[in-house]
Amino acid sequence: MKKLLLSSIIVIIGFTFIGRLSYLQLFRFSPDQTLEDPAIKAIYDYPERGYIYDRNGELLVGNQPAYDVMVIPREVEPLDTLEFCSLLGIDKTTFLDKMEKAKIYSPRLPSVLVHQLSKEDYARLQEKMRHYKGFYIQKRSLRYYATNSAANVLGYISEVGEWDLKNNPYYRAGELKGRTGIEKQYEEVLRGTKGVQFVQKDRFNRDIGPYKGGKLDTLPEQGKEIRITLDKTLQEYGEKLMHGKRGGVVAIDPKSGEILAMISGPTYDPALLVGRERSNNYNKLHYDTIAKPTWDRSILAEPSPGSPFKILNALVALQEGVIDPSTTFRCYHGFYVGNTLRGCHCGGGVRDMNSGIYRSCNAYFAGTFRKIYAKYATADEGMDVWEKHMKSFGLGGYLGTDMPTGRPGRIPNKEYYDRAYGDNRWSSSFIISNAIGQGEVAATPLQLANVVAAIANRGYFYTPHLIKSIGNAGAIDPKFTEPHYTTIERKHFEPIIEGMANVYKYGTARWLQIPGIEIAGKTGTVENFVRVNGERMQLTDHSIFVAFAPVENPQIALAVYIENGYFGARYAGHIASLLIEKYIKGEITRTDLEKRMLEKTLEKEYVKPYSGEPFKINEYVW
Amino acid sequence: MSGRGLFGRIDWLTVFLYVLLVFIGWINIYSTTLSDSNASIFDFSTLYGKQLFFIGLAGLGIILVLFVETNFFERFASIFYVICIALLIGLFLFGTTIAGATSWYNLGFFNLQPSELAKVATALALAKFLSDIQTDIKTRRHQLYAVVIILLPAFLILPQPDPGSALIYFSLFFVLFREGFPLFYLGILLFTVVLFATTLMFGTVWVAIGLIILALLVYTFKKASVKIPLIPVMATILVSILFSLSVNFVFENVFEQRHRDRFALWLGLEKDEGKLEEIRKTIGYNTYQSEKAIESGGFFGKGFLEGTRTKGDFVPEQHTDYIFSSVGEEWGFMGTAGVILLFSIFFLRLIHLAERQKSDFNRMYGYGVISILVFHYFINIGMVIGLLPTIGVPLPFFSYGGSGLIFFTMLLFIFLKLDSNRLKDGI
Repeated sequence: MKKLLLSSIIVIIGFTFIGRLSYLQLFRFSPDQTLEDPAIKAIYDYPERGYIYDRNGELLVGNQPAYDVMVIPREVEPLDTLEFCSLLGIDKTTFLDKMEKAKIYSPRLPSVLVHQLSKEDYARLQEKMRHYKGFYIQKRSLRYYATNSAANVLGYISEVGEWDLKNNPYYRAGELKGRTGIEKQYEEVLRGTKGVQFVQKDRFNRDIGPYKGGKLDTLPEQGKEIRITLDKTLQEYGEKLMHGKRGGVVAIDPKSGEILAMISGPTYDPALLVGRERSNNYNKLHYDTIAKPTWDRSILAEPSPGSPFKILNALVALQEGVIDPSTTFRCYHGFYVGNTLRGCHCGGGVRDMNSGIYRSCNAYFAGTFRKIYAKYATADEGMDVWEKHMKSFGLGGYLGTDMPTGRPGRIPNKEYYDRAYGDNRWSSSFIISNAIGQGEVAATPLQLANVVAAIANRGYFYTPHLIKSIGNAGAIDPKFTEPHYTTIERKHFEPIIEGMANVYKYGTARWLQIPGIEIAGKTGTVENFVRVNGERMQLTDHSIFVAFAPVENPQIALAVYIENGYFGARYAGHIASLLIEKYIKGEITRTDLEKRMLEKTLEKEYVKPYSGEPFKINEYVW
Repeated sequence: MSGRGLFGRIDWLTVFLYVLLVFIGWINIYSTTLSDSNASIFDFSTLYGKQLFFIGLAGLGIILVLFVETNFFERFASIFYVICIALLIGLFLFGTTIAGATSWYNLGFFNLQPSELAKVATALALAKFLSDIQTDIKTRRHQLYAVVIILLPAFLILPQPDPGSALIYFSLFFVLFREGFPLFYLGILLFTVVLFATTLMFGTVWVAIGLIILALLVYTFKKASVKIPLIPVMATILVSILFSLSVNFVFENVFEQRHRDRFALWLGLEKDEGKLEEIRKTIGYNTYQSEKAIESGGFFGKGFLEGTRTKGDFVPEQHTDYIFSSVGEEWGFMGTAGVILLFSIFFLRLIHLAERQKSDFNRMYGYGVISILVFHYFINIGMVIGLLPTIGVPLPFFSYGGSGLIFFTMLLFIFLKLDSNRLKDGI
């Protein structure tokens, strides 16, 4: 026992030590701790963020230098505070407050004293800065906007937060990252890759040379410039027309699926989210919960599509062979569902397809809709067929665009109605509102524009997208260059398009003709309700318009949605015609239409539900 | 002297292990203290250069020891001891203060630390006293003498202040245990330490419950034939609980905050992340940095001269007490486990040598040597890897420092000299 005592103690100590060392070096060790090692400091070299151009190579977004006044508290020497404050343009309390915070953060490390000086202030300060020890000016790169439009498309960048730091190991505190729009979608392309240099430090945070002789250091990789499909002129013009109106406009080149304009009203100047006033401006925009300027109505609003949806029902009926273009229905200034008459504004009488479309006859499409369902033994089967056709147009689901946000809209299916009415307890009459685009169907302006593009192409579309080319190589995702065919055969489109062209010639949009351009269009006037303080009230109808032009060689397809604009031919129709003329001719001949759109606003409509007083809707005089 | 030259029948395995340890130690001192990679390793203005010089001196020391007649050590053990005690007392009058401790004599070219010398002398004196034919360790009186021999230098060293060195003398109790000093005392010591730590960690109530459960378990599972009297057991429990109660009192009222912080860190008592951060920056800074450096080495280590924390000088006193953290960072688990293994083999070999001595004096001195070395090794590495509270003792043969290296070497080689002549003993 006593002979073995010391030997056993030695063995026990050995095992204890090796156990503890295994815990430290094998269990607690993590290979990527280089960055946490206080002995190694990474110094980053940031490449310039890529520029963004429009489809014609016009600059939309560039970079501008900004100047931060930095302070290293330990190195500051006594100074004339008042004079220095007046130079910086801040008051003394702010100055002392910031100095205190900088000291608390670290006496050795630089802190920002004044954010983002203007170029003028910088020029003034630069000369005198050397008199103030411990202060210096650091150059940074900020976004510069060559347009005051397309804020919703371009998006903005801001400093990364805790969430980003935790979820993406690339980012370090203080770095910038795309938050919405193109800036977010193409973040990695635009950003490039920062370079890094590792420096060996001692415990007093002094440099004592490169770490591992610089073997791990990397050079920065430049951000790439990108071209997007927007037409700067069209976008700016559209935003001007949208002045004082809420809604969304999407214009697509049907031949490629490229988005020519994507407008949301009300919008804001993208430059507001850059510079010293950034957070103030952001709060103002973000907390405007009534006008919602940061809510992109062109891709997030999901109104009922209204009458433009009739076209799709006609196409489905033709494809299913339940009608032909000469089939007629009688309009009794409406149509009966059971014993109830549902109204129609077309004027009544016998309607065929052509006049049904250009006069937007509700009775004609209710009849058409019923026939689709009547072909099948059960409403379930009819529903499946109808749903399949509708979804082939990119409705009722995400389109797969290159926008970081979006909405699916809605194409109801049999399960939806089984839930609402019970299994086998509903028929086409229950869902007849869908015939005229009012019922349960919903679509974003982007989806509607895409439907129009598919009609313009007579049966297929390309996924709408914003990217035109990346860097010099130019390649974009191949999914944007493959056509998607709808379930409707090409031949069925001609009679429909003829009806749409007649909308401009004899129909609901005959006042909106553009000389020299044959346009096919369709108006929509959509009933809508809102809940204010728990009270459901009906507001003035939404004005919706879809169109493409020229009919024989379509170059532009668009959808315009104006909240509470009443008739489709009013606000939406005007804006659609003007945008088509602007894009195809490059100039405006219908200056009367233009004048009206620039002058008229809907502010009066928008305050109605919040005024607290009774109000009239759908006023005839505008 | 036999005709086999200066080294005689010296145990070459031990010599080899010794050389290996000194060499590995120096490699790590080189890495920790290197600042200008162009300097020669013989540049005596650098610390690694100085250490090389000390290694040379230690070599001279070895030759000196081997030249001396074997009997010399036994014969003059008492006189050495008296001289050392005198030197320790003399420190109060003539000592030089370095880093707050008055532990050195300034000899001009060299600072002599008598507490190092006293370890050798005490080990020799204890062996001589115990091996005396008239000494009977079973008697209380001789037990007391032995304890006085051990603790006298410790009490002289404690007020320097150098609690680390003072603590080392307690290691010599293992010599007593080997020679028949009742293990009961060791049991009481261990039990006290365990009670102390568990009280701080879990509180008196849980300690009391644990003790009672333990007693019940013993009663339940003991053989029927074994009789354990009830009253002493109950008395032990009672005394233990009283002790446990006093621990909290002593901890809160007698200890100073810095002591409390050390224990808090050691036993993981502090759970508040903010306070922990504070402790890491102050009293626990060395331990925290040392653990981090070792941890960052991983399995393979960062490589010789590649330790970022070593280069950045993040671990204070890394070339002296914290030298093992450099092994951890640069050589990884392979290095640290290797060094632990090397030390263990070295110690076990020494025990083997001690046990084969025919002379009681040789064996007892051998045990003294082993106990002192093991205690240094245990306290130093335990501290560096965060198992023990911070107590400043060097790692034998590794740590930078002349006195340490030379006296550890002499301590060891006196024993090897005795061992090489073991066959002639008793003739």
